[in-house]
Amino acid sequence: MTPSQQTSAPRQKRGGGIRGREGIAGWLFVSPLVLILGIFLVIPIFMALYVSLTNWQGNGSPFTGGEGAQFVGARNYLDLFTRDGLTRSNFMQSIGNTFYYVLLVVPLQTILALSLALLVNNKMLKAKSFFRTAFYFPSVTSSIAIATVFLFLFSNSGAVNAFLGFFGIDAPQWFSDSRGLLHIMFGWVGVDNPAWAQGDILGRSVWDWLSGPSVAMCVIIFLVVWTTSGTFMLMFIAALQDVPVEVEEAAALDGTSQWQKLRLVTVPMIKPALFLVITLGLIGTWQVFDQIYVMGKGAPAGTTLSPAFLSYQQSFENFQYGSGAAMAFIIFVIIVVLTRIQRRVLTDKDERTPLFRSLRRGGRS
Amino acid sequence: MTTRSHPVKTVLFYIALLAFATLFIYPFFIQIATSFKTDAGAVDNPLSLVPNPFSTAAWSRMFGGTNDSSVPILTWTKNSFLVALIVTVGRVFLDSLAGYALSRLQFRGKGALFAAILAVMAVPGVALLIPKFLMVNYLGIYDTYYAMILPLIVDAAGVFIMKQFFDSVSISIEEAARMDGASIFRTFWSVVLPMARPALITLTILSFQGSWNEFSHFLVVTKGTPEHQTLVTGLASLTSGQLGSGTQYPFKLGTALLTTIPVAVLFFALQRYFVRGANEGGVKG
Repeated sequence: MTPSQQTSAPRQKRGGGIRGREGIAGWLFVSPLVLILGIFLVIPIFMALYVSLTNWQGNGSPFTGGEGAQFVGARNYLDLFTRDGLTRSNFMQSIGNTFYYVLLVVPLQTILALSLALLVNNKMLKAKSFFRTAFYFPSVTSSIAIATVFLFLFSNSGAVNAFLGFFGIDAPQWFSDSRGLLHIMFGWVGVDNPAWAQGDILGRSVWDWLSGPSVAMCVIIFLVVWTTSGTFMLMFIAALQDVPVEVEEAAALDGTSQWQKLRLVTVPMIKPALFLVITLGLIGTWQVFDQIYVMGKGAPAGTTLSPAFLSYQQSFENFQYGSGAAMAFIIFVIIVVLTRIQRRVLTDKDERTPLFRSLRRGGRS
Repeated sequence: MTTRSHPVKTVLFYIALLAFATLFIYPFFIQIATSFKTDAGAVDNPLSLVPNPFSTAAWSRMFGGTNDSSVPILTWTKNSFLVALIVTVGRVFLDSLAGYALSRLQFRGKGALFAAILAVMAVPGVALLIPKFLMVNYLGIYDTYYAMILPLIVDAAGVFIMKQFFDSVSISIEEAARMDGASIFRTFWSVVLPMARPALITLTILSFQGSWNEFSHFLVVTKGTPEHQTLVTGLASLTSGQLGSGTQYPFKLGTALLTTIPVAVLFFALQRYFVRGANEGGVKG
């Protein structure tokens, strides 16, 4: 084709010769991406999938078979669910812990982020950017550095207990308190390990499953809610700024109360942002790792174990790579399934916005 | 909310805001103050913002005032900067190359590649720790800078941001450059990139922040000896008790502060780009 044909072509269609050059250039431009993601992400996933089917313990190569890395089929996966022992009880405990953790963190961070966004987005607010900065700053700092600060704040002689002491509140020893919140509440009504809760589900008694998050886990919950709400606040602010002023004014003229307006006007208008925040929350919380690593590695009594941390520990400290990799894939499946379910529950068919489309919308702040 | 409001309401509103702001900021002030306290002072007056007695022991220990080879903060700092800078430069260049190709150039398999990138972004990071370790081990680069840097040097989320950016700018200027006979790379380098400045700054910030704060990746691809520890992984071994005797709060909080400072400086200098980044790159956990 000639250049003149190319310029007269309607949209961005290019001529054959140039298209050929573009084809080469295109692949050259994306080749670093393809190489790195291929070598360090896609292929390794299959390697790990294979290792999860072996009993490799870190000696020799996991891929050549032989003594050190026998193929054991789905045994690592089955053992996590069916074989009595420390591995299963730790894994089930970590699932229980994380279930309560997610159940508290996701709603709390979503509500806190939305409240902060509504406060900061208020038209009569002076010094808007000061407050936005204050709320957002914890989100940009290192999770390890923040966890270090919280270790001090919640230590027995730390700031939180000193503060509670002012009000005469007898504060717990946060990091060594393994009592579950629900167990504590059961205790208030005089229920302690009753007969009806003795049944066994996947190696743990019903009573153990009903423990709720431990006091130590609550510190991690505070920490995570505190560090993540800033980011989610920004997403809500971006969405709130897209709500047309006329809608707000019409609602005000109709004499609705603030609460009604929030529930019937604002929240439906920012539904895509709400959807995004909850999805990212679910994805993030099931992966909790850094904070667990710094704040006790599962202690006290395994009540802060998360499956992500356990998978790491099982592989890199106990050298049971097969079982550790199996745990990692189970987390993967849990996250995929949960986001699917949540997607189904929260969206109507006609407004099923792809995750990344709604990100873009948020980007216009 | 309506513009005309009750004074009482306004006061309550500001009290709520200030209470929240205190809750979010006060821990950092405590952190700064505590790093200038003595070990005993930190424990005796945990809430106080005035170190009494005032002590720079923690800071002088950090900067080699005492011969303490178990906590080589200077090596950690050097590693943090080295890794974060290389990763940032790599990501900014390689992400925009790939993002540009995916947005503008026509090549076979583009659609499939883009779908693959979206799929890759959805893989939870913690499920990748063992896979990365296996590959790094297989390649024989375990416990090297290569293992720390290469897997991070280009990232799907950054490519996605750049593609979105190029999709949103008009194509006419680069068409003109191409008509004038400039090569594709030349057009990209001298016409497209200069126009992409805001997106590049956002990407620079996200990359620096991400690689500076990175923890789990470094944890699994290195042995955890000081040689390849960064401030973040070093601090983690310090606080999780591998190096420590006693509580040493001023020292730990000071080290945590040192770890926070570079990102904090960047944050306060380029805040509006951070805000953009949070909205565009929120997918990164």
